[in-house]
Amino acid sequence: MTALWIALLIACLGSYGLKLAGMSLPESVLNHPRVQRVAAFLPVAMLSALVAVELFDGGGGRYAVDWRTLAGVAAGVVALLLRRGLLVVFLVAIGVTALLRLVT
Amino acid sequence: MSQPTDAAQPVLPQRGAILRAAVGIGLYAGAFAVTFGAVSVGSGLSVAQTMVLSLVMFTGASQFAFIGVVAAGGAPFAAASAALLLGVRNAFYGVPVSEILHPRGARRWLTAHFVIDETTAMAIGQPTQAAKRYAFWATGLILCSLWQLGTLIGALVGRAIDPADFGLDAAAPAVYLALLWPNLNRTETRVVAVAGALLAVALIPIAPPGLPVVAAAAVAVVAGLRRARP
Repeated sequence: MTALWIALLIACLGSYGLKLAGMSLPESVLNHPRVQRVAAFLPVAMLSALVAVELFDGGGGRYAVDWRTLAGVAAGVVALLLRRGLLVVFLVAIGVTALLRLVT
Repeated sequence: MSQPTDAAQPVLPQRGAILRAAVGIGLYAGAFAVTFGAVSVGSGLSVAQTMVLSLVMFTGASQFAFIGVVAAGGAPFAAASAALLLGVRNAFYGVPVSEILHPRGARRWLTAHFVIDETTAMAIGQPTQAAKRYAFWATGLILCSLWQLGTLIGALVGRAIDPADFGLDAAAPAVYLALLWPNLNRTETRVVAVAGALLAVALIPIAPPGLPVVAAAAVAVVAGLRRARP
């Protein structure tokens, strides 16, 4: 078994374990204000870090930007500003990126 | 399987609206899953590994984080750390979901698998207890089916195409931003989001792949503990 498979299975079972823990732990633990604040901030910090890394990491420790991806994501932000739903944001972002890649 | 309808009660008035919303979420999730499958095999994972992620992990942001770290050449355990840290929020969804469904014994094990962003948001958004239960299971079952189907299609098609040709590399960042969006209405969450992104970008040249995303968790911990002080 490869390291990738082992890490993948740990991550899968751990993810399920987190869901199960939320339904099983005493509520007092999860309702602790400090714990709740950290938990609320966790996806905010990590999702924005993921966005930044997806857009600016060129691999091998170098920065790189593909302006077509950037333009597609920016078009998605415009859709968000126009209060469109997830599906529209998703389609606009990949559509604009694919189109720019086709014509450039 | 918990059936949302109760024979002793009249048909839910919100049933049609809930089903329409659940199908809408399912369609978006199916399209996003096709992207996941294609990007995953494009990142070097096998079709089997891609399917195990969707079937067992079954929480989109963690799955994308995992394959993102692998694609960047990160260590498998950095990929697992990023996925697990992002999955912590699902534990907190368990509290409202338990209050709605009160699952016991074996049913709790099954219910836990479906506790994700979309099912929790749909369930807590309904006016009555029966509507909440129906919304949780309708969203969970439709989304899960289309998520698996989409992943399989994406993984099989992804071996033949370059996901970048279809703009699929823009999908994950755009969807993360859409998930973040409702949180950015408060100054403190905006600061956390910007600080997390800046820290991750600053670490790109010096940290091994995957670590910049994991390190952003520290921003959440510091901000959460600091703000708790009176």
